[in-house]
Amino acid sequence: MASANLTVEVVSPEKRVWSGEATMVSARTLEGDIGILPDHAPLLGVLVDGTVSIKASDGSTHDFQMSGGFISVSKNRVSVLGESA
Amino acid sequence: MGAQLRVYRRRMRSVKATKKITKAMELISASRIIKAQQRVNASSPYANELTQAVTAVATFSKVDHPLTTASESPRRAAVLIIAADRGMAGAYSNAAIKEGDLAIASLKDRGITADAYLVGRKAVNYYKFRNRAIAGSWTGFSDNPQFTHAREVSAALITAFLAEAESADELHIIYTQFKSMITQTPVTNQVLPLQTEAAPEGLLPQYEFEPDASEVLNALLPRYVEARVFNAMLQSAASEHAARRRAMKSATDNADELIKSLTRLANAARQAEITQEISEIVGGADALASASAGSE
Repeated sequence: MASANLTVEVVSPEKRVWSGEATMVSARTLEGDIGILPDHAPLLGVLVDGTVSIKASDGSTHDFQMSGGFISVSKNRVSVLGESA
Repeated sequence: MGAQLRVYRRRMRSVKATKKITKAMELISASRIIKAQQRVNASSPYANELTQAVTAVATFSKVDHPLTTASESPRRAAVLIIAADRGMAGAYSNAAIKEGDLAIASLKDRGITADAYLVGRKAVNYYKFRNRAIAGSWTGFSDNPQFTHAREVSAALITAFLAEAESADELHIIYTQFKSMITQTPVTNQVLPLQTEAAPEGLLPQYEFEPDASEVLNALLPRYVEARVFNAMLQSAASEHAARRRAMKSATDNADELIKSLTRLANAARQAEITQEISEIVGGADALASASAGSE
């Protein structure tokens, strides 16, 4: 049984913007909005300009404005790559 | 004051002034290394994630993309050489330029024409002085590169790669790897076509691609090149500061040595002057005494 939380990292070319545990991540890819919950299948997606919002496991919500970028999901690890404005 | 002594004092003053400058530059570089090193570390999560993603796509998709497929008979290569804008850093710039010469020579052996893309005024001057062709050059940010600079440079490189006619088939970056405070080595890295290493640490997960593998690759590769260029620039900047600190430290030490030996010389000159004055006085008194003795 995998852990019930996602380990999320938001990184920009210059630095790591945010990292922590989360229960849900939602982002907007070329195909449309996707929501990622724990135990999601491995995924590599291209992000379009929009908001990535992360529901942290302590209940708080973090929003990041992205201008392009990528999201990669594997084994409950989510990495959001891009330049957050 | 005697002429000799005055010359020594003048030289000491000038060496002392130089020492103040080199000492200041040493301290400035020392403080900047740490900052530059932190920037290298801060940029590595992004570069690592991107590399992993690119490896994953390139391994799982059988998509043909101009940026990943190696040309059967490569004819041209773009070579990006990263050196410093300013000197006073010992052999730093020269070492990178020499490494570039080696890379270009080995490309030539394989029958490939190399186009030089230069970062840093030192590299540009070196090429201009020797009347070599420069495909592209950027100056003014070697000691503190920003991501926008990396993007500008990679845009030119990718354009060269995707050009219809005379497009580059390979992309190499020559930069100075920052290993530690005391070791920095110039290295040549092939960035494109992608060299997919065997999957690190076990098997990569079978990814789903959104929207599809070729789209992802299209969007991913330019970013990958940017990240590699940016990382190379940051490491070079850290190496530049480290090289400058070391060069300035030995210059300061040298100035100390010079001041020490000049002080000794000046002291000897001063003593010689005193000795001479005494013997002149004694000689003069003797002459006066013998003259007055003779007149009586």
